[in-house]
Amino acid sequence: MAELRTEEMVLNMGPQHPSTHGVLRVELVVDGEVVVDAIPHIGYLHRCFEKHAEAMNYQQIVPYCDRMDYLASMNNDHAYVLAVEKLLNIQVPERVEYIRVIMAELQRIASHLVAIGTYGLDIGAFTPFLYCFRDREMILDLFETTCGARLLYNYMWPGGLSHDLPPGFIEKTRAFIKHFRPTIKELNDLLSYNEIFVKRTANVGVLPADIAINYGASGPTLRGSGVKWDLRKDEPYSVYHKFDWEVMVGKGDVGTVGDCWDRYMVRVWEMEQSLRIIEQALDTIPEGDVQSAIPKRVRPPAGEVYMRSETPRGELGYYIISDGGQKPFRVKARAPSFVNLSLLPEISRGYLIADMIAIIGSVDIVLGDTDR
Amino acid sequence: MHNFITYYIGTGFWGSLVSSILPLVYIMPYALVTMWLELKISAHMQDRLGPMRTGRWHGWAQPLADVTKLLQKEDIIPAAADKVLYLLAPALVFIGSYAAYAAIPFSPAYIGADINLGIFYIVAVSAIVVLGILMAGWSSNNKWSLLGAMRTAAQLVSYEIPSSLAILAVVMVVGSFNLNDVCSAQSGWFWNWFVFGKFPFLFITFIIYFIASLAETNRAPFDIPEAESELVAGYHTEYSGMRFAFFYLAEYANMFVVAAVAAVLFFGGWNSPFGAYLSGPVWGAFWLISKGMVLVFIQIWLRWTLPRFRVDQLMYLSWKILTPFALLNIFAVGLWVVLRG
Amino acid sequence: MNANEIQEKIKTRFPEGVVEFKPDAVAEPYIVVRPELIREIAEFISADPEMKFDYLMSLSGVDFNDGNLGVVYHLYSMEKRHRIVIKAKVPKDNPELPSVEPVWKTANWHEREAFDLFGINFKDHPDMRRILLPDDWEGYPLRKDYKVQEYYRGMKVPY
Repeated sequence: MAELRTEEMVLNMGPQHPSTHGVLRVELVVDGEVVVDAIPHIGYLHRCFEKHAEAMNYQQIVPYCDRMDYLASMNNDHAYVLAVEKLLNIQVPERVEYIRVIMAELQRIASHLVAIGTYGLDIGAFTPFLYCFRDREMILDLFETTCGARLLYNYMWPGGLSHDLPPGFIEKTRAFIKHFRPTIKELNDLLSYNEIFVKRTANVGVLPADIAINYGASGPTLRGSGVKWDLRKDEPYSVYHKFDWEVMVGKGDVGTVGDCWDRYMVRVWEMEQSLRIIEQALDTIPEGDVQSAIPKRVRPPAGEVYMRSETPRGELGYYIISDGGQKPFRVKARAPSFVNLSLLPEISRGYLIADMIAIIGSVDIVLGDTDR
Repeated sequence: MHNFITYYIGTGFWGSLVSSILPLVYIMPYALVTMWLELKISAHMQDRLGPMRTGRWHGWAQPLADVTKLLQKEDIIPAAADKVLYLLAPALVFIGSYAAYAAIPFSPAYIGADINLGIFYIVAVSAIVVLGILMAGWSSNNKWSLLGAMRTAAQLVSYEIPSSLAILAVVMVVGSFNLNDVCSAQSGWFWNWFVFGKFPFLFITFIIYFIASLAETNRAPFDIPEAESELVAGYHTEYSGMRFAFFYLAEYANMFVVAAVAAVLFFGGWNSPFGAYLSGPVWGAFWLISKGMVLVFIQIWLRWTLPRFRVDQLMYLSWKILTPFALLNIFAVGLWVVLRG
Repeated sequence: MNANEIQEKIKTRFPEGVVEFKPDAVAEPYIVVRPELIREIAEFISADPEMKFDYLMSLSGVDFNDGNLGVVYHLYSMEKRHRIVIKAKVPKDNPELPSVEPVWKTANWHEREAFDLFGINFKDHPDMRRILLPDDWEGYPLRKDYKVQEYYRGMKVPY
């Protein structure tokens, strides 16, 4: 009998696939259900951020930063305004920094809630997704009372903020924290420690720490591999050095260090830490005018700056070159999703198609961030 | 009088026709109600309201609207599809589920076909569903559908075994394949039901059967063939309109089949929980359907709570956990039957 | 280590390597190195026990608008907690320099992006394709003299 010949099959996952979290196409080479190779193709959501930035002055770029990682707009703005302020060499009032930290941490929780909820959805648990979105809604309400927008805020400006905190914001935020703490436990009971969920995510997509660093991974993806690295702690910006909180790292509680479960769980733990930061910031927020330091005309001296900050997805860096004019000479955004996604082939070879979903979800990419 | 229709009309053509259509009269409203219940139950579990507008009162008409929408939709056949198989598959899937209704004793006075091998017949015809799903996946000419179909075939074939072994344990206790006999063996108050340990080990048998039956209906946590977040919709990705509705209907019909079989085997079937009170042909139908619906509710409940297994873990569960346990269970039940005499 | 010491170390190892060193640049000092040596320098500074630059934060293409394109490497050491900016300038008519992908895998996609938007060709890169734009796009959009193409597959591009 002639020997049966088997062939590998090429399977296109995306760009219209519910679990690629946007318009990502992954070219899978599969042998049965086993992934032999995975080649990500990006660029479907490329909106020419860097080209646009050439034609605009420094303030006008802020709304474009909003739209890069649309789930963490506040953090994107934060990184950008810090870079411009560093270039301008100006000090902003302390109240501004406090409000920025509060907003950035609220946004971090909101973003992690989406990541966690959709991750549950990828694994097949529908209900935690809606619980997460219910709580995210409350954060969006807080943002709406502050600046009128729910998704793309344009709230942080170089040198200040577009609005001060509205009356009642602090009480509402405290109420949210009071509501949210117990729901993290509920989430853990329902999803994180669910037997099936653990089976699906533990020991899957293991990312060793040295490979993670070599690939430039950052954020929960890096911390899931056990590397205690958080820019808020290690290169403190704004007023992060004033607060008492911990960097959470994956410890391999249910499997190997650096597996999908660790990356997922780091996000859950980080939400608690963010709550701690927000609470302390609310307690100690100083009075002041949030617009006093906004320059009339942003015209930095010739020079360049690379400023990075910790967004929910990892290290977001802006490399800005100024030629002394009103428009930046070059703005480059080093997007965390872009870098984290590039290690996808490394951690997905040899797993099953179903694991691919778990792996893509655990890296938590936002395609707007990847493609810019 | 096991079938009031053939009793009154006779076993001729008309009698057979009416008694074979009767389950359809049940399935249609049942499917609509269950669809609505699933929408509402899942919504309330998830802290939302679900449909509230269609038909005014809590969106009761939503499934009707959905079905109407599906019927109006264009019936798309992919250009590269294998037409004959593609058109035949949904019908076959539904036939497989529907044929099983013939042997379900709805009431002491109604069973479509009172055959001696009733439970055996149900297990056998349910296997047709596998064929339909394989045909659907293959003929769609879509890699995702094919993967879904392959997964289904593997899954259904694997889970037939623990579920059949579990059924066998009950058959050994009763000494008959006939489902009416199984019901009669559990008559009296509800503590006589098999699940409550009238015979030892049968509670374990029920657990084994229920898990296996979840897998057979492709419901979460075993909805791997459909797995909307992995395979998009598996074998029925390419189907639309009426044919998609058939798959949908077959899924709901199948849910009730396994629930009804579980109700008959372990919960006394058409027996009233209160001995001779509230029993009789009409009450019998009421009790069977209620018991079935409670089990259907549990299926829905599980679906909206649990994540999904991975395909190899599913096989592991079937071959390395459920099947050995079912075998041990059979051995224990058999020993007990023999010793008791 | 500060930028001065790093510059000294590179200079001792590659006497020809350092073209320019600007310790007083606005915001951050940088080192300009010869492009053809970038791979060796990368290997050196990532392996040297005192520098250990194991983390490539960012790799950016730049059009300096003086006939030169450039690649800017922002490097960081997770172990030593110091950073440095290294630049390499290549002429616009022949923008080619060795890839640092074997040293830092981060460079893989970043170099593809620089190739995509600036047309800088990285030698020995395992997969030198466009990454963000379509494969058949003409020109390199972030060059300062970029003119957008009239038609792309029959669609009018400038609107």
